[in-house]
Amino acid sequence: MDINWSTLAGVFAVSLGVTVVVVVMFSLGLAAWARAGHGQPASDVPRGRHQKMATSAAVLCFASCLAVAAYGIDLIVPG
Amino acid sequence: MESVSFLLVAVILTALAFDFTNGFHDTANSMATSIATGALSPRVAVAVAGLLNLAGAFLSTEVAKTISGGIVQDSEVSLVMIFAGLIGAILWNLVTWLLGLPSSSSHALFGGLIGAVWVGAGGSAVRFGTIIEKIVIPAIASPVVACIVAVLATYLAYVITRRTSAYAVGKGFRAGQIGSASLVALAHGTNDAQKTMGVITLALISSGVLSHGAGPPWWVVLSAGLAISLGTYTGGWRIIRTMGKGLTDIQAPQGFAAETSATAVILASSHMGFALSTTQVCTGSILGAGLGRRLAHVRWGVAGRIAVSWLLTLPAAAAVGGVAAWVADQGNVGVALVAFVAMAAAATFYVLSRRRPVSPENVNEVPAPVPESTARPVA
Repeated sequence: MDINWSTLAGVFAVSLGVTVVVVVMFSLGLAAWARAGHGQPASDVPRGRHQKMATSAAVLCFASCLAVAAYGIDLIVPG
Repeated sequence: MESVSFLLVAVILTALAFDFTNGFHDTANSMATSIATGALSPRVAVAVAGLLNLAGAFLSTEVAKTISGGIVQDSEVSLVMIFAGLIGAILWNLVTWLLGLPSSSSHALFGGLIGAVWVGAGGSAVRFGTIIEKIVIPAIASPVVACIVAVLATYLAYVITRRTSAYAVGKGFRAGQIGSASLVALAHGTNDAQKTMGVITLALISSGVLSHGAGPPWWVVLSAGLAISLGTYTGGWRIIRTMGKGLTDIQAPQGFAAETSATAVILASSHMGFALSTTQVCTGSILGAGLGRRLAHVRWGVAGRIAVSWLLTLPAAAAVGGVAAWVADQGNVGVALVAFVAMAAAATFYVLSRRRPVSPENVNEVPAPVPESTARPVA
């Protein structure tokens, strides 16, 4: 019997890290997306440069989530 | 030779039946939270899961070299034992489905094999050290790791989006859930269909139909892929209800956090060489999502019942597998008898399930008796 505790700790650390990155990025993306006035009536949201900044921040966040997901698919699909 | 081919056909059909139960048992893993939050409608969710399982089966046909992965002495495993082990696993899968409990199909298969080998070849052929190392420790570690990861993920998701409108949060996380749930389903397809392909291929090799070291023939890949995706598409609605609504009340951010945690833990574990059970990871992450949101109510009675079913999986499947091995060892009549009894039991479970059917229409409704029955202590 040979329980590989260090591998288990590694699994824990890696999955914690990846999950936090994806969830934080996705949540920030959502918050920025909403701040940019998407997905809600935007009468009181300031328009213009601020809004564009928020939109591009959201796109960046979502893109990073997609990148992680693509890496995940790459791991799932062998070869 | 005739007796061999009868048994071989029985093994192949039983393996496909196991694959089917594996599929409908595990739909909940990828889709329960998406169905609960309304990210996907129940019927669309099972269709997506079924298709991704089928795709997964074809993407990866690298089957296991041994049936048990060293849990029993593989040289001692006969066709009769494989047959009996599969029967034990199928029956345990059906019982837990009837009770709406998520339990690991791989553990059920290992349990069935352990029982069958123990009866057929003696206790010395069972490697208890390996069982602790490969089943017991991962079974404890899986839900704990997934739960901690999901607690943190859920907490962060709520903290970051607390100033964002509820409408945008719900819509956004539901969209994200479609992606995270699909990844779980795809990962599941590349793992679980391979188990059945491996069992059938090894049965074919051991009876001399295929040469040693041969890969699975195309019809094995196709039938195993179809069996598991049909099972997935059938949807184990009882288990989906338990995981989506029974354990805790899941909202979209929690669903996204739970599925992302589950995907990360499953992929990290399978690529770092510490195999964890998908079912236990997913259950743990849903529990974590419940604990990570303030005011979310975790039904510990349901969690306790699930834990008890995990404890029972190995011994219960082993007991059935052992009895089945003893009867089936009496020749073709024995094999036929075991198959008949198993089919009768499956039919009985099905009839029992019709008394309180759970369907795509009512899967998101928690019936009134559930909180009462979970309130009493778990025996």
